[in-house]
Amino acid sequence: MLTFTLRRLLMSIPTLLFIAFVIFMLLELAPGDPMSQMPLTIPPEVKEKMRLALGLGEPWWVRFPLWLKQFFIVEPQYWWDAAFGTNFADGAQRIISFQSRSPVFDTIAQRLPQTLWVVGMSYIVGVLIALPIGIISAYKQYSVFDQTGTFVSMIGFSVPPFFSGVLLIVIFSVQLKWLPSIYDTTHVVTNWDTFIFQLKQMIMPVMVLALQTTAQVSRYMRASMLDNLTQDYVRTARAKGMTESVVVMKHVLRNSMIPVVTVIALGIPSIFGGAIITEQIFKVNGLGQLLIIALQGNDIPMVMTITFLLAVLIVLMNLIADILYGVLDPRIRYD
Amino acid sequence: MTDETMDMTAKPRNQWWDVWDQFKTHKGAVFGLCFLIFITLFCLIGPSLWGVDPGKLDIRNKDMRPIYTAIFDSGAKYGWAHPMGTDNLGRDIMANIMQGGRISLAVGWTAMILALVIGTTVGVLAGYFKRLDGILMRFTDLVLALPLLPLLLVMMLLFRDPLRAAFGPEQGIFILIVTGIGITSWMHTARIVRGDVMAIKEREFVLAARSIGTPARRMITRHLLPNVLSPIMVSATLGLATAIITESALSFLGLGFPSDFPTWGKILFDSVDRMTAYPERVIWPGLAISLTVLSVNYIGDGLRDALDPRIRGL
Repeated sequence: MLTFTLRRLLMSIPTLLFIAFVIFMLLELAPGDPMSQMPLTIPPEVKEKMRLALGLGEPWWVRFPLWLKQFFIVEPQYWWDAAFGTNFADGAQRIISFQSRSPVFDTIAQRLPQTLWVVGMSYIVGVLIALPIGIISAYKQYSVFDQTGTFVSMIGFSVPPFFSGVLLIVIFSVQLKWLPSIYDTTHVVTNWDTFIFQLKQMIMPVMVLALQTTAQVSRYMRASMLDNLTQDYVRTARAKGMTESVVVMKHVLRNSMIPVVTVIALGIPSIFGGAIITEQIFKVNGLGQLLIIALQGNDIPMVMTITFLLAVLIVLMNLIADILYGVLDPRIRYD
Repeated sequence: MTDETMDMTAKPRNQWWDVWDQFKTHKGAVFGLCFLIFITLFCLIGPSLWGVDPGKLDIRNKDMRPIYTAIFDSGAKYGWAHPMGTDNLGRDIMANIMQGGRISLAVGWTAMILALVIGTTVGVLAGYFKRLDGILMRFTDLVLALPLLPLLLVMMLLFRDPLRAAFGPEQGIFILIVTGIGITSWMHTARIVRGDVMAIKEREFVLAARSIGTPARRMITRHLLPNVLSPIMVSATLGLATAIITESALSFLGLGFPSDFPTWGKILFDSVDRMTAYPERVIWPGLAISLTVLSVNYIGDGLRDALDPRIRGL
């Protein structure tokens, strides 16, 4: 298991390098110019100086390794320095945003909590709703509950978040006036009333994202439960006189959770992608919104870094899913 | 008894009739197919029947409500001339939904076909030729590890202006969106096709075909492709659904077609600012997207059941 983990970790390094290269070259080869938004009155020689100041003067084979160095060496050094008061970084150049001229990671660190809070909460809620639905659907296959569950998850697959979110706003904010339509990230929870407000403003974004998760995870849960319910060991357990709850919740559920856990791990990156749209609807100033703003402003370092961080998340979750599979299922041996 | 003898003597039929018989038993799939045909006709023939120019400004009749508002609000501005209402510039919403549907469906179908062609090619090559398998599947895994939505957004933004200059505003964006969606959604098809090709390659009829000297090209087109048609068709429905949603998402984020060319996502995006006063303007395009994708998903579900010979005829 350990050698497998190590091998997979080592393998993910070239993968990540390749992804970084693809993103970099896409931004590099694209005909768009970070200077194109500048007023036409700026003389060409000044424009050239501005390009140099942004670090665009060097060819790509100089800038790409430089970016890699900044991302993998300089930035961790700064984090280390900030945490322990050392001075490893020694004033080295960090990744600087074209728009704000401040380090990219500072902005990301400001935006990350909002995204994590909404996305993380919605994922937990989604999974918590999905698991019982999947279990009951499989146990009572073809019942009314199962049919309804199938229909609801079909809707979850089909209704895009930008429609379900807008629909929720129309119903609950505009017509019923129960919930605020804009997520206020400056809101601080201090007492019961502010807590209720926080709860109210989180319900809609969380439910929109959770609907997608629920649809997917409950389908997998149902399929996996159905596979296991017909197995021989279930009949044996029943023949031994175990109660139905022990049979389902202990024997079947534990075995069915193995593939579902990996699906849950693999779904985490895609929920961040979905958050880009949800944040746009509810005006959450999280990472997704930051990415959109950076894209519109031709802020190449910011776009590059956020996109690459998402890629790191995908590769990491793939790795975790593989390892979890081996840990949870003793029948699977990678070595 | 008579039924059985009838069956015994029935003419041998094409297998696709069996598939169709099985497909018909899936209520959701039949309903989905009907809706897909309806919405396609609505968008294709609708404009010529309705005859209203979607871009025509009629400022006198702006902000009309759909006719059903008359039921609960007799003071609202409505009229049979615009059954779905008009927008803030007086453009007819029904005509816009038709026109938008044309573009949305065209993008969906073209992108899906492109993704299928790439996916099937990669899958067949990887499954059939051992030499190519390692490198092609490695590549597929790498593409799967890319964050696709952000990359698609980057592509939209960076290649928009040059393509618009080269092919004109509508054509350029169409090519860009279709290519973008196509090259970011072929991977699952490739994996499925590869798996199936590898399984079929070991079967006796392939061995027989090879022993009479069938060249690889004919091997693939005559023996392998017809046998992997069913997984390809199922992933086609999934591809169509994702392509429509992705196009709408791009339009919704303001990175799709320019504002003069309505698509469902674009109409939705433009209406969000006024949804407090005119919620129906968000609901029409949203319903169109959701119902189309829902029906396509149901068709996929029905196809999967119908194409699986293990449950056919039950």
